[in-house]
Formats: sequence, structure tokens, C-alpha cells
Amino acid sequence: MAKDMSKKKIAIVGGGISGLLATIKVCEAGGEVDLFSYCPVKRSHSLCAQGGINACMDTKGEHDSIYEHFDDTVYGGDFLADQIAVKGMVEAAPKLIKMFDRMGVPFTRTSEGVLDLRNFGGQKHKRTCFAGSTTGQQILYALDEQVRRWETKGAVTKYEFWEFIRIIKNKEGVCRGLVAQNMNTMEIRSFRADTVILATGGPGQVFGRCTASTICNGSAVSAVYQQGAEIANPEFIQIHPTAIPGSDKNRLMSEACRGEGGRVWVYKDGQPWYFLEEMYPAYGNLVPRDVASRAIYKVCVHMGLGINGENRVYLDLSHIDSGYLERKLGGILEMYSEFVGQDPRKVPMEIFPSVHYSMGGIWVDRKHNTNIPGLMASGECDYQYHGANRLGANSLLSAAYSGTVSGPEAMRWAKEGNRGSELTDEELEAARREVQNEYDKILTMNGSENAHKLHHEMGDLMYKYVAIERDNNGLDTCLVELKKLLKRWDDIGITDHSNTANQEAMFVRQLRNMILYAMAITKGARMRDESRGAHAKIVLENGKQKHDEDGELVFMGRDDERFMKVTIVNYDEKTEDPIVTYRDFDHSLIKPRARNYAVAKKE
Amino acid sequence: MAEKKVRFIIERQDGPNEKPYNQEFDVDYRPGLNVVAALMEIQKNPVTVDGKKVAPVTWECNCLEKVCGACMMVINGVARQACCALVDEIQQPIHLQPARTFPVIRDLLIDRSVMFESLKKIMGWIELDGSWEVKDAPIQNPYTAQTAYEISHCMTCGCCPQSDFIGPAPTVQAYLFNLHPLGKFDAPKRLNALMEKGGITSCGNSQNCVEVCPKSIKLTTYLAQLNRDVNKQALRNIFNK
Repeated sequence: MAKDMSKKKIAIVGGGISGLLATIKVCEAGGEVDLFSYCPVKRSHSLCAQGGINACMDTKGEHDSIYEHFDDTVYGGDFLADQIAVKGMVEAAPKLIKMFDRMGVPFTRTSEGVLDLRNFGGQKHKRTCFAGSTTGQQILYALDEQVRRWETKGAVTKYEFWEFIRIIKNKEGVCRGLVAQNMNTMEIRSFRADTVILATGGPGQVFGRCTASTICNGSAVSAVYQQGAEIANPEFIQIHPTAIPGSDKNRLMSEACRGEGGRVWVYKDGQPWYFLEEMYPAYGNLVPRDVASRAIYKVCVHMGLGINGENRVYLDLSHIDSGYLERKLGGILEMYSEFVGQDPRKVPMEIFPSVHYSMGGIWVDRKHNTNIPGLMASGECDYQYHGANRLGANSLLSAAYSGTVSGPEAMRWAKEGNRGSELTDEELEAARREVQNEYDKILTMNGSENAHKLHHEMGDLMYKYVAIERDNNGLDTCLVELKKLLKRWDDIGITDHSNTANQEAMFVRQLRNMILYAMAITKGARMRDESRGAHAKIVLENGKQKHDEDGELVFMGRDDERFMKVTIVNYDEKTEDPIVTYRDFDHSLIKPRARNYAVAKKE
Repeated sequence: MAEKKVRFIIERQDGPNEKPYNQEFDVDYRPGLNVVAALMEIQKNPVTVDGKKVAPVTWECNCLEKVCGACMMVINGVARQACCALVDEIQQPIHLQPARTFPVIRDLLIDRSVMFESLKKIMGWIELDGSWEVKDAPIQNPYTAQTAYEISHCMTCGCCPQSDFIGPAPTVQAYLFNLHPLGKFDAPKRLNALMEKGGITSCGNSQNCVEVCPKSIKLTTYLAQLNRDVNKQALRNIFNK
């Protein structure tokens, strides 16, 4: 069958929830999609989302409202999210749920057969739709199925096991294509596209051990950052309070555990101390993630009350009926048993906070266009919707919603945008050749460093200086150390010279991108002299961390005057350093107010 | 004190058409160590027990939580996910092999695209009119929904054997879509597809699949029910001719 050349061609990089929904929207609008992914799209990281997806369904007699969801999200994000964008998302949420239901997502149901709802952090109403404890997996699968249907109709061409390397701009500076590499045959190829959408997920691997999949390395975002795309709010990294610590990865224990009644505690003076309930009486165990993580960190690190003196606290479900737990949380309890060897239905789980999600990402407008014409970003890799802290179960929502916005906008741009000249065959070949040369050079690296060891060191650095508590001394040190790592990258030695599935060479290329991304995160944190959401900065006095009369650390306050602004990071080609500026955003609908989860929220 | 080591015997293969060979590696023991974590350690220091510096072992993994299905390989003779194969729970030395029920790309990396092609054959989707709003989705029997939830855990890992039969995993997905209030509209199409060569009649009912399924999906139960549905459909086809 001859291809219809008049059809618009959209390249979508990443086959998680956002990328797949964008794909469906493009197909429905009559376009064709080239879909690039590290893996079969059915194995994308969206499937690790466990607890649920927020939408005001109001089916529990609690008088929930879309406005309440809106306000919870903005308040939870410590007033750093674009409010017009958030409003669009929460209004669309119930419609998205009904669409997923029609697509066959096996949501957990009530005895009446309607969708059940559960509690989640930072929200006082039952608002979270869920499919047991594998909601992301179920939503991803439904979208994977719909995209497979479009694939059989010829509208989608999948490039699975292809790595996105960089975009190609025409002479007017408009993105008109990309270069990608086949991860099995190592073939490097250029592709034309009318619009390119990045939906490549978060940068968790920059921190080494995290709750993210091994493929979530932020490499694609860093690649376009080096080509002129702006990164926004990178310093806002979500640390999830409840993960199972592990040397290969920290495995997530869903917030749904607390949503279904789980309690967090440690022993204090020989008695269980339910510290979240004591510190935050209004929200208790269901405070937002940044708040819970800081409390757990304080109890373990500063008060020394962790289990057996280690960095662990209990997450306790053992008081809840085991049949109920099986129905609501089955999947993850099985995972805990499997990896830890203890049954959480009988004994409390042992958990500690872990890097989990990036609120920041590529700067986009409300239609998900980046500052580079023709290039869009969608899903966790963009910075929209969550401000300084994301509420649990809002990530599946933003992933899905962003796809429904970016897909149609990509088609609009393809039809009406000021796209300038078509890429010539010579331009395509030049871009391919450049990437080929870079890759060939990596294959000849014969220094003394091992890329995986460098990666490990980078993770340790980032956890030490840019995690739950930050201060300007540490951040300055971290920037210097990252620069050294970048230098040491040049001295990597490759042992694998194969032309089949050379994972080592690909990792070396990704690692360089990750270091540059780490520098953007650290610089963003260094320049933001306040505490807001996930970014908590300790005051320095005479070059030392300041303590108050009770010996408690003193943190900077929120500074709306100076910092109720979006951090914008640009890449300096000459020095390879991140350059930070600030940009205003729309916060016209809800007036900023102090954020305090010890008391009930006031509007 | 000498550090405790774990010995791995890994069946390697340099490319799709190359001959397989074994290499042995020692990895430092630590509590909770799993096979993927051990392979990551080998990446950091790819040296065999004979002191030979070699290319790191190639394999596929993503989530490390037993949800994505990527890291399936044959461990001590059994096909399973490597991320949840805890060293403490399996016999040492640990033998790793690629799952040769699929074409091998390199080392432990295999090509499972045939499984995703099978999902096309059984029309594994709901025929949605579009992703736009129509009206409320139909109410569903919560018990049926629970069955659907169980089957929908299938992560297309390929532990269940995929012979000339399109395989238990994709076949049972047909049952999943036939359960859905909208999906059942196209049940006859899916059942007819399963009548074709390599369809459900090729199932030898060996019960192997249900034993190896890492998600404990009752594959044989649903295959049996599906077989009944296919027979009924075959009769309907005769009478409606």
C-alpha cells in the first residue's frame, strides 16, 4: 500500500501514557505517527504507577467538587503551578476516567458496579480512581491496545528499541525531524517529521537509586536542552516518603497504603510514636509527599529514632482486615513479600523516602509547545501542572491529560504552523553523520573510568546534596563535583566494541546527558533561596547550618516576592554550564496563602 | 575474612547467528541480592573468574518490580523474571540462559515481537469509536471486573511457552476483551480468529503455562472456557451459513 504523502507525520518519542494518548489523538485527527521507544511501549515506566488517578467523580456522598481538586493541586504545589493549566486538567479529569472505562481499564468497582474511590495525600475527599494497586499498568495497557489497533490500520509505525538521540532543525531553527539509533543493530537514521513530541518521562536515574525504571534517565530531555530547549523548575524533585530501600532500586510502596488506613510510626521511649498524626493532626498520615518525607528524614536522621538506628520507619497495615487489603492493595503487598520476605498483612513494612518524580522538566506553554518551534513535550518530561510538589495520583492524570493536549496541538502545528523549509536529504544526512561520528568516537574510548561506576558516584552526590534537605554550601560543592565528573567522563574506557546491542556504548552517551541534567537540577536549587514544596533549604550562619534555640534546623521561608516565579535554565554551549533566569506565570485564580497541613485547609 | 561470592554461569552469544558459549563471573554477596542487581555489578566490572576482561553481559530490564515483563530469562533451567529472583532463594552456582523459545539477539537479550503480533491477531482491544466523550461508560458487574483485573496483569513476558500455537498469554487476552461490556460486541470475531491455524486447537493442554505464570493468572481455566466459547461459535457459524 502506497503511503499517502499528504498526511501529516508526527514523531512521538516515548510510549508511556502521555505518548500513547498523543498518538491516539494524532491518528484520530488523520495524522500518521512514528513512535520511538527504548522498549516495547507496553513496558514503559507508566506501569509503575500504583495507587490511582485523581478525578472529581463525587460518587461517595462527600460533595467533592472540581474546584476542590483544583485548589488542592495548587495548594499542594505550593503555588508554583500555572493555574490556568491546572484548571484545564482537573476539569477534564472525570471525562478521561470515563474514556478509560470504555477502553477496558479494569478499575476496582463498588458493589453497585460503579468505580470505587479512595483517599490520597493532600486531599480530604475520596477522589482517587484505582485498579487495585496497579492503576498505571492497567491504564498503560488500555492505551497500548488502542495504539496497536491504529498500528493495524497503518497509521502508527513503531520504532521499539530505538533510542532518540537529537532533534534536527532546519535553517530557520524549526524542529523538522530527529536522529535515532536502533538499539539492537546500532543503525543510526534520520527521520523527517512535521512535529516532534517528546514524552520521555522523568530523570530519576540521575539520582541512581530511585523508584523509577532503569530507562528513566532524562537523557532525551538533556539532549534537547543542549540544543536550545529551556528546562523549567528542575530543582523540584519529588521524594516519595514510602519506598523499600534497595541497592539496585528503591521499590515504591504506594501512597494508597496510607489512603487505605496505613499508619507511619517508630518507637519512641519504648512506645509506638505515630509522628505524622501528631505533627499534622488535620491530615495525619495523608500529608503531601514533601511534608511526609521531611518528617521521616527528621525522625531518622536528626532524632536518631529510625528502626534499629537505621534509616527506616514502619508503614503499618497489619491492623486492617486482610481480605480488604487483598482486594485494594494486593499487587504491591505481594511485591513487598517477594522482595523483602515478610508479609505486610501481618508485620509492619519498613520503608524510607526515595527520589520518585520530577515536577520540573522541559518548559512548555499551555498547549505543550517548547521554546523551539515544532518541538513539543508531554508528560513527566515537561514541567507543567504540579508546581513545587505533586499530589499523589495527579501524575497519571497529568500524563493522560497532557497527551490529549499535545496530540491535537501537534496536528495543528503540522497544518498551520510557520514551519519554514523542508529538510533536504543533505541536511538529514549531515545530522545522521554527526551522530554517527559521536558514536564511533565513544567506541574508541580507552580511558580508565567505568561509566556505571561514574553513574553510581553521581547518584551518591545528588542524594547527598540535592535531596530532602539542601543548603548552599552543599549545592556549591555538588556543582564543582559534577563538573569533575563531566571531565572524568572523557576518560571512560569501553570494553564492548560490538555492533550488536552495544548497551555499554549507549549508556556512555546517556551518562553525559545525565551529568548535564544533574547540573541543571543543582544550579536551579542553588539559585532558589527559599523553601517551597519539595525544595527545602537550610539557612546558613557563618557558613554553618543554623539551628534555633531548641536545636532544630532553621529553614528558609517561602519568598513569594522573589521566587513565585518559574526557574528557567538555558544551556551555555561554551562553558556547558546551566544559566538560570526566572519567568512569571499565571496565578490569577487562587490567591497564594501559607501552606500548613497541621490545620484544615482554608480557601 | 574473604568476602562471600556468588558464582554465575552465563550462556552468552555475540549475535543472532553466533554460537553460544559459557562465561563465569563472581559477584560479591549482599543480603537481598537479585539476579538483575548481580548483572549490574558485572557491568561495573566485567571480568570473568579467569581474570579475563570481557564485554558486559547484555540483557533487558526496566522496572525491577516484576510489572514490566522485560527481564524474563532462564534461571537454573526455569523461565522467570530476573529482578525478583533472589540469590538467597536459588541454588548456586546460578545458571543464566536466554529464553530460546524466542530468537536470541545477544547474550540474554531476546526478540519477543511475535507476542505483540499475536495480540493483533486476536484483536486485543475494545473497538472504541474515539477517545472523545460519548456518555457514561456502562456499569460492570464487580465480580466479572475482578476476573478481568486478574487477566489484565499479563505483562507479555513470555514465560509461558510460545510454540506454533499463538501462545497462552495472547490467547487468554481474547477472553479478557470478550468479558468487557463493549468488548463482547466483537467476541465472534476473536473466537473465529482463534479457530485458525495456530489458534486454540493447537493448545496441547500441557498445563505448563499456568505453572510458570509469574502473575499466577489461571491461564488453563480461561483457556478451557475460551475453548468452549470457540466451539459454540463454530456451531453458530454452521447454523448461520
